[in-house]
Amino acid sequence: MTAETTTTTGSAVRRSPSILLGWVRRIGGVIVSLALTFLGLTAITFFIGRVMPLDPVLAIVGDRAPQDVYDAVYKQLGLDQPLPIQYLRFLADILQGEFGNSIQTSRPVLEDLARHFPATLELATLATLLGVALGVPMGVLAATHQGRPVDHIVRVTGLIGYSMPVFWLGMVALLVFYARLSWVPGPGRLDVFYEGIVEPWSGLLLLDAALAGEWDVFWSAFWHLVLPVCILGAYALAYIARMTRSFMLDQLRQEYVLAARAKGLSERVVIWRHVFGNVLVQLFTIIALTYASLLEGSVLTETVFSWPGIGQYITHALFKSDMNAVIGGTIVVGTCFVGVNMLSDLLYRLVDPRTRS
Amino acid sequence: MTFSFRKQAAALATAMALALPAAAPVSAATPDNMLVMGMRIDDIITLDPAEVFELSAGEISANVYDRIMMFEPENLTKLVGGVVESWTVSEDGKTITFKMRDGLTFHSGNPVRAEDAVYSLRRVVKLNKTPAFIVTQFGWTPDNVDDLVRVTGDGEFTITITEDFSPGLVLNALSAGIASVVDEKLVESHAVDGDMGYGWLKNHSAGSGAFSIQSWKANESVTLVANPNYRHGKPAMDRVIIRHLPEPAAQRLLLEQGDIDIARTLTPDQIAGLAGKEGIVVDDYTKATLIYMAANTTNEALSKPKVWEALRWLVDYDGMANSFLKGQFVVHQTFWPSGLWASIDDRPYKLDIAKGKELLAEAGYPDGFEVTIDSLNTSPYMEIAQSLQQTLGQAGIKTEIIPQDGSALWPKYRARRHGLILARWSPDYVDPHSNADSFAHNPDNRLEAKLTGVLAWRNAWKDDEINALTVAARTEIDLEKRAQLYAELQRKHQTNSPFVIMFQQNEQVARRANVQGFVSGSNFDLVFYRNVTKQ
Repeated sequence: MTAETTTTTGSAVRRSPSILLGWVRRIGGVIVSLALTFLGLTAITFFIGRVMPLDPVLAIVGDRAPQDVYDAVYKQLGLDQPLPIQYLRFLADILQGEFGNSIQTSRPVLEDLARHFPATLELATLATLLGVALGVPMGVLAATHQGRPVDHIVRVTGLIGYSMPVFWLGMVALLVFYARLSWVPGPGRLDVFYEGIVEPWSGLLLLDAALAGEWDVFWSAFWHLVLPVCILGAYALAYIARMTRSFMLDQLRQEYVLAARAKGLSERVVIWRHVFGNVLVQLFTIIALTYASLLEGSVLTETVFSWPGIGQYITHALFKSDMNAVIGGTIVVGTCFVGVNMLSDLLYRLVDPRTRS
Repeated sequence: MTFSFRKQAAALATAMALALPAAAPVSAATPDNMLVMGMRIDDIITLDPAEVFELSAGEISANVYDRIMMFEPENLTKLVGGVVESWTVSEDGKTITFKMRDGLTFHSGNPVRAEDAVYSLRRVVKLNKTPAFIVTQFGWTPDNVDDLVRVTGDGEFTITITEDFSPGLVLNALSAGIASVVDEKLVESHAVDGDMGYGWLKNHSAGSGAFSIQSWKANESVTLVANPNYRHGKPAMDRVIIRHLPEPAAQRLLLEQGDIDIARTLTPDQIAGLAGKEGIVVDDYTKATLIYMAANTTNEALSKPKVWEALRWLVDYDGMANSFLKGQFVVHQTFWPSGLWASIDDRPYKLDIAKGKELLAEAGYPDGFEVTIDSLNTSPYMEIAQSLQQTLGQAGIKTEIIPQDGSALWPKYRARRHGLILARWSPDYVDPHSNADSFAHNPDNRLEAKLTGVLAWRNAWKDDEINALTVAARTEIDLEKRAQLYAELQRKHQTNSPFVIMFQQNEQVARRANVQGFVSGSNFDLVFYRNVTKQ
């Protein structure tokens, strides 16, 4: 009897190791890909940081430091070693979970990231949800009403949201909704009176305040989120609506739509089940990209709204040649990109049977 | 009666839209017992007084720590004892004995002792961070400081200097941030591997000042709480919150809405926009920060004294001060700022293109030359650089402006790789030697000497006569004679150095009208919150 014998039991036996092998390969591939991504990220960030005409020693000692003070810190940072040695030491530290201390905060970088990233996560997640909740229906509506007033309104809205400088939009929004109308509070994550009341657990203020039962803090955090979420959400909305419209129009020209209509299916079924179902994979891609870019931290929005997010953290670190913080932040951002992309890959499998093979 | 789904949805959306503004919080004034200030605080990298050298951290430190000597907000021109009640100077002027005030306590409740003052000074010298030079210039080293700074009796300590310095200068230097007295017992309880609490004190406090530090969130906020046992009585403000608001327009909005009480870093146009606004007052404070241009004398053309003189006539001082600098800077042309002891207000220079051209011709450059202007890339430096480019250009000097962030500019300056440079300077402590030592005194001009903290060295300029005058002024015991020496030194430096001192800062602070008692003195660390009240 050969291995090719086709009995029911035999084929089940043969398939199991191949499924297992497939999963091992897949997981192995993901791990190798992740390792290479992070190696590349750390190497690029590290070497760019070292060749930039910025001096991390002066960021610590200040520009008036006498030379002996400067030299002591230079040595302490290991900058007297050759670059490859510095990089290897740095990698060894990272592998042990040691990102070092930040120059700008005098605290471990990991602690800083645990404080700044949730601020961005909260903002980016809500902004993306807003963008998806409004942008997708708007895009579908525009596509199904192509050339009609509703289509023009969506396109102009998209154009405005996409082309308006976020910084300017933020300032105008503050002027109107905060200064003139007093509908929302000013910049910051919380009213100053509520600072320190809720012990951070997740760093997400809404969640932490709700878990602590501090509803005054919750509402303060909520209202502080409204304006920056709307500004970032408008950007997300514009992009998502524009792309949804484009994907939908592309599908609406396909013959299967004609066939579905000819079969007498209702327009709702044609649009939402058949056409929309077919653009989902593309939509996931752009939603994932939008979310990842917002998670990277919108520096300008964070600056206008004094939002202590990861974008501001990395930017400040860069200006202070605080390379530990820059690399730590970059790894977080890189992880977000990889994570969100993996998530969108998983979603493809759920919505598109062709990707499951 | 039935509603369609669309109508229901529309009704719900309308209700939500109407409810939204109604439920939103309307801005209210800050509480009566809390001072909220908006300013830039992203320069803070440490709160350890042995290391603090940045503007915001220096200001906070002044409110958290009592120093050995102090300028108090009640009289910013009079040097008085901080933690010390009195002092005596030996005949040779090299030993000063201090007597501690009775009954002072740290925030921790520990008593403030002579041992704490001695520990604090020794700690500065042994840690040897950037500002340590303020006291190590007296001859103190990690090896000898235990002998030269010591407790000599009950509530009494003595310092001895081994270099030649006027006792007046030494006392002035002991009013700097490095003379902040830290709580030895508390700090040592947090020491790790003999670091004298360095790791801990970077973001904690151990002082006896009007406030203690509750929290420092980098690039976000600093929260101070009042010290109920402060020697001048508990401050009226239970809490002071300093919010990092980098955007001046946002600062102004928050001030107008009453979400902050004081806005510290507004631009001239923001200040102008606040003029006449009900409930807002703008105060002016003369600060000691100077803006100057310096010429790197390793550049052939910039090594000529006639060229330096020409540069001084090619600056549109009044044009700038009356336009984009209006209200925020005034013309000042010597290295020691106006309003401080021993300052002079001589203003011999104004824009005179013809005179500048004539001097350039005498220097051998009738057609000018080409040079770079290295400048900070922020306002007002860029505007000043552009004005200089224009006026220097009229005399034939072709300039290329190189705007850059401080993190790129300072390494270049310290390595003598600039051409002309546009920069700022504020004294490290309130004594003219602080600026003279940097602007005028360069004992060793060799590149390998690496006196990188000294402005004269950075510009590769050394003048033996001016060096000697600087030393004479710093050692003179008689106050009147010392002031005369500094006046002479400033005049010589003003007319015979590669420095063109141009402007002195005027800080414009906008506050809510009900907030009283905020004091901002000449130096960056002479800002006090303890007298602030709300009416």
